[in-house]
Amino acid sequence: MPAVSFQQVAKTYVGPRGTLRALDGVSFDIEDGEFFGLLGPNGAGKTTLISILAGLVRATEGRVTVMGHDVVRDYAQARRSLGIVPQELVFDPFFSVREALRIQSGYFGLRHNDAWIDELLANLGLADKANANMRQLSGGMKRRVLVAQALVHRPPVIVLDEPTAGVDVELRQTLWQFIARLNRQGHTVLLTTHYLEEAEALCGRIAMLKQGRVVALDKTSALLAGTAHTMLRFKTDDALPAALARRARVTGRIVQAAARDATEVETLLAALRAGGVKIEDLEIGRADLEDVFLEIMTGAAA
Amino acid sequence: MTGLSGAGTLFRKEVLRFWKVAFQTVAAPVLTAVMYLLIFGHVLEDKVQVFSGVSYTAFLIPGLVMMSVLQNAFANSSSSLIQSKITGNLVFLLVTPLSHWAWYAAYVGASMVRGLVVGVGVLAVTVWFGPPRLAEPWWIVVFGALGAAMLGSLGLIAGLWAEKFDQLAAFQNFVIMPMTFLSGVFYSVHSLPSFWQGLSHLNPFFYMIDGFRRGFFGASDVSPWLSLSVVAVSFAVVATIALRLLASGYKLRQ
Repeated sequence: MPAVSFQQVAKTYVGPRGTLRALDGVSFDIEDGEFFGLLGPNGAGKTTLISILAGLVRATEGRVTVMGHDVVRDYAQARRSLGIVPQELVFDPFFSVREALRIQSGYFGLRHNDAWIDELLANLGLADKANANMRQLSGGMKRRVLVAQALVHRPPVIVLDEPTAGVDVELRQTLWQFIARLNRQGHTVLLTTHYLEEAEALCGRIAMLKQGRVVALDKTSALLAGTAHTMLRFKTDDALPAALARRARVTGRIVQAAARDATEVETLLAALRAGGVKIEDLEIGRADLEDVFLEIMTGAAA
Repeated sequence: MTGLSGAGTLFRKEVLRFWKVAFQTVAAPVLTAVMYLLIFGHVLEDKVQVFSGVSYTAFLIPGLVMMSVLQNAFANSSSSLIQSKITGNLVFLLVTPLSHWAWYAAYVGASMVRGLVVGVGVLAVTVWFGPPRLAEPWWIVVFGALGAAMLGSLGLIAGLWAEKFDQLAAFQNFVIMPMTFLSGVFYSVHSLPSFWQGLSHLNPFFYMIDGFRRGFFGASDVSPWLSLSVVAVSFAVVATIALRLLASGYKLRQ
């Protein structure tokens, strides 16, 4: 039995300005114990898909299960199996950190949960903030509380919707160590993120969404191997020759261009020399997930 | 079992929410009611005779108590829901296994507590004007509880429906306030011209106030059994609507 199963999930939003097909026949399974990445540009439908999983949004078509429980018909069991860390930094200003966690435990019928709450607080570096009011916490601290709130009922499936957006490096490290440990202990993790290096480092398998459809679904290693490109990276202040400018990705001074093999690298360098482009910090490396992502997003049929 | 203790947690959370700011949610409405009593009581004391042997101030007290119960029961569920919707923290509740029955019981239960605590507060302060008569106290309990439950449910509906604070304020100012003020809090409807008397009899709030007052004086404009029937049916209708909205995820789950 898969931990999470999406079957032909579609969602159409009907608004005053017409209809929007946010999801269009999304199907894939996440196996028990996987660390799974869901990637895609803004507006691809990632948050809609996760919201359907959590019961916050209802699918127009299709079926979603968590640990075999249908998220609509058997919502209570499905939600008990799921811990979701929302993208928005939300909190209840009336309560302290410990109160918020006790209340959240209570919603799941857990009355005496303080041992686990203490463990969560310690693991997320929140122990000294237990009695602070939610309003007094910094953004990063609030984010940690959101993670703790999602885990109070020890759900077998953990969903993190862009948990590291706007979070400092230290918290990112703490968070990933903790989530990776939970994953090793058997929890299934579904992660959406904009930081592709995080997905590359953490996720065993990845699905990419574009305009509401799955455009790639494979092991991370297979996705990286599938595009056996060599990447040429350098910095320059000069204008690129037209032929190169079309195929290169330019971020400020940094230029990246894909090359199939050594011969093509030579051709590229020759073109640069002929064009009189002065380059610095030349690197030749393997394509990373970001390159794969961009290739799929620009190449996939709309 | 989870359902029961889950609902219990939500109920306690909702009670804590207003209790932590009791100065604003309990003390302030008590003060408002006492102001009404001082001013209206002073101005109208010698001019209005409602029931024989009952002074105007004594007549006014149960009406003000009930008005406070109703307004605060409404305010509790409606403001809690809209705050959670606007700040986004309702998501913590939406991801839980709690059923629509649990939501309903917890929100309305906490509203009743707030309404009744304020009502008891108003009554306690007005003892200073003379001890209340408690001719048929069971009616006080029945109408107090039913009225609070009905307005707690109405607040739930308004809180689900409203997307902005001003929509909620409109509901409060254009529905709840007129119905409360035109229900006979400040006068006996018998003193009204017959057209307005007839209109008052279409207002369920009139029966809540009249039945509640019956408990104090043993006298009322209409039979307490008629009032009980009207209030019970109105409550059943409002509660059914609130439960249906919750079950369908109206404005909660897109």
